[in-house]
Amino acid sequence: MRKQYWNQPEMGLWEKVYVLEAIRGLWITGGVFFGNMFKWLTFRKGALTAYYPEERRADYSPINRGRHILTHRPNGKVQCVSCNMCATVCPAYAIEIESGLDLDDPAHPKSPVRFELDYSRCIFCGFCVEACPEDAIRMSPDTPDLPNFNRDDMWASQDLLMNWRPTNDTQKSYDEQPAHEGEVH
Amino acid sequence: MTQDLIVYSLYMGYAIAFMVGLATLFTWVERKQSAIMADRIGANRAYIRIPYTKVKLTCMGLFHGMADGAKMLLKENFTPTTYDTLCYNLAPWLAAVPVLLVFAVVPFGGQLMPGHLVESGFLRDFFGDRSYTMQVAHLDAGVLIMLAVSGIGILGIMLAGWSSNNKFSMLGSARAASQMISYEVVMGLALISLVVTFGTLDIAEMVRLQSGQIFGILPAWGVFKQPLAFSLFMTAAIAENKRVPFDLPECESELVSGYFTEYTGMKMGLFMLSEFITIVVASALLVTLFLGGCNPPYMNDAGFLFPGGWELPLPHLAVVLLQLGTFLVKVVITGCFMVQIRWTLPRFRYDQLLNFGWKLLMPLTAVNLIVTVIFRWFTLRMI
Repeated sequence: MRKQYWNQPEMGLWEKVYVLEAIRGLWITGGVFFGNMFKWLTFRKGALTAYYPEERRADYSPINRGRHILTHRPNGKVQCVSCNMCATVCPAYAIEIESGLDLDDPAHPKSPVRFELDYSRCIFCGFCVEACPEDAIRMSPDTPDLPNFNRDDMWASQDLLMNWRPTNDTQKSYDEQPAHEGEVH
Repeated sequence: MTQDLIVYSLYMGYAIAFMVGLATLFTWVERKQSAIMADRIGANRAYIRIPYTKVKLTCMGLFHGMADGAKMLLKENFTPTTYDTLCYNLAPWLAAVPVLLVFAVVPFGGQLMPGHLVESGFLRDFFGDRSYTMQVAHLDAGVLIMLAVSGIGILGIMLAGWSSNNKFSMLGSARAASQMISYEVVMGLALISLVVTFGTLDIAEMVRLQSGQIFGILPAWGVFKQPLAFSLFMTAAIAENKRVPFDLPECESELVSGYFTEYTGMKMGLFMLSEFITIVVASALLVTLFLGGCNPPYMNDAGFLFPGGWELPLPHLAVVLLQLGTFLVKVVITGCFMVQIRWTLPRFRYDQLLNFGWKLLMPLTAVNLIVTVIFRWFTLRMI
């Protein structure tokens, strides 16, 4: 005799005949199929799936942490002072900074000549944004062109991080005449 | 003689193109249909880029079949350390070839008279009044050949299971063997009741008999004459096909991949292809035996004959094209229905499978056969 389980399904005659329930199942799946097919045939989208990189879901978070932005000074120079805080705090070791010296600008003599971010490693935790004392790095909600076929192409250069155009610009707006010109940090 | 050779070469080419082409199409149908049923989009990323442009053609995922084929051909041919290399290499072929052979007895059209396709000219002079059934092998005992040849298919699966040197494979092939034997009985008995109804073993003749009408309204299709045999035959055909809900021989959650666990590359591809060709062949058989074959409703080889005696004769070329097209459409629709079943029902437990086969289907077919025979006997007596 077979073991009786506590959650033994109780089937009436209707379920035991099986064929009728199978037809009911076909009715359900067929209904979904033809409903979705009708949507596709009338040029609407009959699926819940989003074509990910090209299309964004409606319930995408507005504070999503996407691609990074390097902020500008009013004169167009990068805000970053290459203190290496972000690179230190980064748990994925995704940020590489090479500092340069610019004595012509005594207020900000140190700035990166190479600020690069490896998106194949980045885990989008946002620690770099929190660690930055200068508000030089931010994250935009949108993620253009992040997926790629080639690891080498997933490095974002300083040029790209400074100059790409997010849909909602999170750059801070500057006054025409900066208040603290000449102040040394 | 030369004429026969030409016509039958064309038939064979058409049959092979029909099966392989539709099998490839069904890999796409299976993906897309299941996706649409589950509110998904389905495979759509394989593309062919037009050279020197950025235009990527995806064609709704149709290229995934080609990508699969290329992948299987280019994969490493991994061979397990088996004690029986010959059987191991033979098994995929033994599984694929009988499936292809079954289609030889299936008529994919009515009578073809190549000389009458056009009014005059070279074809008329060359072929004269010769007439061919659109069927690769016009055999008097087509039904028997069909059952016999499709029974061979289990040999390849048994060989694959035994020679793979793997417990999963062996379990899968043992399950496949017992399942195929149980359901072959049901299939055979359902077919016998159909044979009794039509009074012939010739499949082309069966198609011709289905072009009439019963009660003056319904087309005289097998499904209307033998509705129970139709559903039983379809169940048995799906079980022979080893598809869900009868996919115990290859159930992924229990036996990795069943009898072709140890196969890679194109050998695995042959098993997969034979499975999809089996869908095509099974739907072709269902269409031929039960759904009026290559004729649309109310049509025979001469033209349409609607209820009420209204006739619409058609030229021979139109009839032939219409029959080829109808057969294709019917096979695709039946195949889609099988795909729908596959994505609807969960898998049987093993004891449920055998109980279902022997305790429900088998008595039903027997009762159906007995009733059919008695009915047939009375109708023959009255005439």
